[in-house]
This record gives sequence, structure tokens and C-alpha cells, in this order.
Amino acid sequence: MALDVWKNRGVPLDRQRFDWRDLVRTPFSKLDDDAFSRVRVILMNGIEAEASRFSHACARMNKPLQLQLARVRRVEQHQQTMVNWMLPPDQSPLETTIAYEQVAIEVTASIALHEPDPYMKQTYNFGLLEDFDHLYRYSALLDRLEGKDSNNILQSYTDIVPGRPTILHHRAPEDDLREPYDRKTAHPVTKLNALTIMAGEHQTHDYYMNVGPTFADPVARMLYAEIASVEEQHVTQYESIIDPYESWLEKWLLHEASEVYNYYSCMQQEKNARLKDIWTRFVDYELGHLHYVGDLMRVVEKRDPEELVPAEMPEPIGYESHRAYVREVLANEVGVRAIGTIYTEGAESEATIAYRERMNAQGSPSEIVAAGYVWAPGGELAHDGAASGGGGRPSVPSTERRAP
Amino acid sequence: MRFDTATGMNRTGIGLSPIDAKELIEAASRTSPPPGGPEAADVVRASYAADAEVLGSMPPPTTLRGAGAAAVEMLKGERLPAFTDKLGERLAFERTGTRIYEAILAKSMDAQDEPRVADIDELRRFHDQERQHFDLLREAVIKLGGDPTAVTPSADVAAVASTGIVQVVSDPRTTVAQCLSALLITELADHDGWTLLARLADDLGYDELAASFRQALAEEAHHLARVRAWVTGATLAEAEPGRTASESG
Repeated sequence: MALDVWKNRGVPLDRQRFDWRDLVRTPFSKLDDDAFSRVRVILMNGIEAEASRFSHACARMNKPLQLQLARVRRVEQHQQTMVNWMLPPDQSPLETTIAYEQVAIEVTASIALHEPDPYMKQTYNFGLLEDFDHLYRYSALLDRLEGKDSNNILQSYTDIVPGRPTILHHRAPEDDLREPYDRKTAHPVTKLNALTIMAGEHQTHDYYMNVGPTFADPVARMLYAEIASVEEQHVTQYESIIDPYESWLEKWLLHEASEVYNYYSCMQQEKNARLKDIWTRFVDYELGHLHYVGDLMRVVEKRDPEELVPAEMPEPIGYESHRAYVREVLANEVGVRAIGTIYTEGAESEATIAYRERMNAQGSPSEIVAAGYVWAPGGELAHDGAASGGGGRPSVPSTERRAP
Repeated sequence: MRFDTATGMNRTGIGLSPIDAKELIEAASRTSPPPGGPEAADVVRASYAADAEVLGSMPPPTTLRGAGAAAVEMLKGERLPAFTDKLGERLAFERTGTRIYEAILAKSMDAQDEPRVADIDELRRFHDQERQHFDLLREAVIKLGGDPTAVTPSADVAAVASTGIVQVVSDPRTTVAQCLSALLITELADHDGWTLLARLADDLGYDELAASFRQALAEEAHHLARVRAWVTGATLAEAEPGRTASESG
């Protein structure tokens, strides 16, 4: 039965409680759990990070809302902790980076597929091809620096090939802005999609900014610097598609709706019982937040929140491989560029070209790290015909067992 | 019984998804990568290496005696800091080593459902000896006029190299046998570290220190032999379930 968010009030805010042991649980298994469990954990951390970011910005500009924001934000702080602490400690920052890009690719593809507004869909496809290329560059780094195969993390769901080359992602700020949806006419799913992607990209940016300097290797440090810069452009792009004239309370309400929607999507598809418990519990917590903010809206703005958020949530995000869709977008849209808020078939502004030339003046980290890189199962060293270090291929010993 | 190698739903290999794998491999085979090869990154690394500064310096002597000793050593054409750097490395290593043993001891005592792969009393004794070695080094650094709380460059390198070992032994999901494999890396390094330190003390004429260090080395050699035997025993017990770990340990 579909969830009716206005009939189901979830768990009231004052009954949303945690303790430290409850917050810090046994993480999922890097080896045994499905890649999409990891994808959900990372995305939901991003959704909660955005809840916190929004809530603080709102509190700084709305004295009358500060107490209510603080109450909800305290719960969301702990929701984010419980979710993000499910990441396992044997997953290195670079492996986690691979997973972040898988989130960006598969979640963006699902959202693009479900997006009714063609301009928004084009925007998602535009960003998708860039994150797709980041995955290829980071895979080369993981293989060549740590001697690891990124497909151990991706589990064959996502292709590891170049997209729109990262060297071309660097645009002047004016070419990263897009037209926003219209708060009065946009379909509710358009609003939820935009918030979800903005949240995901913002946490990706912040993650790269935090882990980039933890690498010793200068090529890794440069690659994180370059891709973090592109993620900053993506945040600029995705926040600009959201109508800036929504009221603060309207934005808050939509944030809570997006949290209900995303936890509900996770809950429906999760196979790991421990994660499913978390998603289920947090659907109820988020319903509590949605009603809390809805009630505030009725009092403060004298508006009916049910006019902004439909009772029934849109089709859930598809946590599955979008290989065919990504390939189609890659084939048809890799040459798309942007001038201002308009997509072009390749034309770019002088400002973008000048900016890009300046940034790439001493070489491009993303080109350097992937020079000649072709992914192969087990890493490029396992590739047939790959350089064998001069020793040639060893003869394969027999695996016959000695008779007892 | 909790085994290290029970077969389960490990999803990391490509063999688990034959249909997706075929797609993935075909797509990769059509890759047009950026020109060049891995040597492109070497050029960047060389350029950073040319500009690089050091990890850090040796701390200055903190006592007059230390300053005097350093001056005398300089006159003799010897560099005391090279010795105290290595003393600092072992000191930090033994401190971390003590913590590693604490973690493995706690895990061993909790691991009711695992086969007994290491002797608790021996683990406890090795822990105590690591602690004594830490104290010995602290005293040695102080007597040489150094600051035992400072992180020397070699201590920093050793600490970075040990981070993975601490991650392994502090993870509640790892078994005692898995932790012993990590501990073996520590003991191998420790054994060679003490060998070097005893040799340095000897060469520089610190006879009493050299004797103490040789005593520590003998203890470390025993740690290494036992940890090696435990790792071998645990693995053989896993491979040949009829055989117990204690038989081979």
C-alpha cells in the first residue's frame, strides 16, 4: 500500500530519541553487501547533510524559527550520524570516492529518467556525463596508486569508461548557472529531484575537500583538487535550478518531504535487514518532521502544506544499474556544452575557454592520472597483453594435488 | 565456531555477475583513453619531489648535557641525531605496539566462539615486555639529553606505516587470527628495528645501552617466533580442520 504522508503522522518529534550505542552500529560489509546498500548509505548521508546545511542557513536569517529548527536539526544530526557511521572502516577514502561517483551516476540517471521537465532532465544528463567521467579518472587512480580494482566497489553495475572528459568540465561561473523551476507550476517530483541531487553533489564536494589532503601522492592531491572544483560547479548548477523565491518555510517543508521520499525509496529496496530497520525508522521520523513543519506553516504563513506536498510520494529512486540509459546519454549528449543557462551543441563562451585554459595551464590532473588507462577485470595489470614488467608471462604451474 | 574463511555472499569479484560483467568488459575494451601512459604521472611526481620539503626535523637537545653530547659527537664526526631519530622511532613503535597487544588481548579473552589460536599468558607477557621496552627507550632518550615526547622523523614514518595495523586490531569484526597476521607485520619490523638499534649503540660505544638493547632484541625475537607460529597454526587449523591450532603452535 502506498504511503500517504498526510494521513500518516509518523513518530512525533518529542519521541525521536537516540543514545550513543544506538547511533554507532555495526557497519555493513564492504565485501558482502550489495553496492546499492552502500549507494543508499552515501546518498542518505548527503540528504541529512543538506538538512543540516539548510537548517543552519535558515536559522541565521529567521530568528522566530530558531527554536523549531534547532529541535528538528538535533534529530537530523543524529540521523546523519547513524547513517554515515554504517560505512565500514576497511573501505579506504579512495574506495569511498568510487562509491560516491557511483551514487552520482546511478541516482542521477534514475532521477533524469523520472523527471517530467525536459530542461531539468537535460541538466541532469549534463551533470551525469561529468560524474561518469570522474569515476573513470578515480578508477585509474585507485588502480595505479593503491593497486585496487574499482569494480570491487562497483560490483559490475556501472561502466568504467570516459564520459565528457574532466579537462572540459571547467567553465566560467556564469556558464554554470541554470534556470530554476517555477515554484507555482513545477511538478512536485521536479522539486524533490532537484533537492536530492543538490544534496548529493554538495556532500560529494565536501567529501573531496576533506579527504583530498589526506593523500600523500601529489597526483591524487591534484586530482581531488580538480574534481572538487567541478563538484563546486555542480553545486552551483543544481542549487540554481531550485526556485529562489520559495519562502523559507516552503523550502523547509520541501526538504522534509524530500527526506521522507528518499528514506521511503531506500526502505522499499533495501535487502540488508539492519539497514532496512534504519530506513524504516527514519521514514517515521521524517513524517514526524514533515507534520511538524506543516503545522508551523499553517500557523506562520496561513498556508496549507498539502497544496505543496502531495499525499502520495512519486515513484521511488531506482537503485539498480542504469547502464543502458547512461550509454544512450553518453552517445547522444557528450558534446553538449553550456553558455549561460542555455545548452549548446558544442559552442562555449570566451569566458569559459579563457578560464579553462588558465586552470589547465600546467597540465590536467585528470588527463595525467588516466593517460593510457583501460580498465580490465582485476585492474590494468591483469589486462591481456599488458606490459609484464619485462619478465614475460610466467608458465602456469599445475594445480594437481599430490596423491596422499 | 567463528571461522575466518566461511563461504558467503562476497560480491566483490566479477564472476558473480556474468551478464553485467560481459557488458562492462566490452565497454572498457572500446575505451579511448587520454594519450600516454602511467609515466605521465611520474613527471608530475618528480616535479613535486624536486620542490618537496622534508617531513620534519629532529628536535633540538633539551638539556645542556644533550647539547654537549651532540657537540662532542659532531667533533668525532658522528651524528647523534641519526641515533636519537631511531630511538624515537622505536619508542613510538613500542608505545603503539603495547596498544596493539592490549587490543589483541581483549579480543582473545572475548573470543569464546573462536578456536584458541594464541596463548593468553604469553600475549600478556609480550604486552608487558613491549611496555618495558617503551620505558627503556624513554629513559635512554632522556639520558642522552633528548625529549622523549617529541615525534622524530622516523617515528612519524613508522606511525604512518602502522595505521593499517591499528585499524585491523581495533575492528570488532576481525578475528584473533586476522589480528595476529597484522601483529606479525609489527613484530617483523620490531625485530629488525631492535637489531639496528643494538648495532648503532654498539658502534657509537654506548656499551650499556647496547647490552640492554640486545636483551630487548632477544625478547622481540621470541615474540616474532611465537606470533609466526600462531599465524601458521591458525591458518593450518583453518585449512585442515582435523588439526588444532595448539598442535601447530
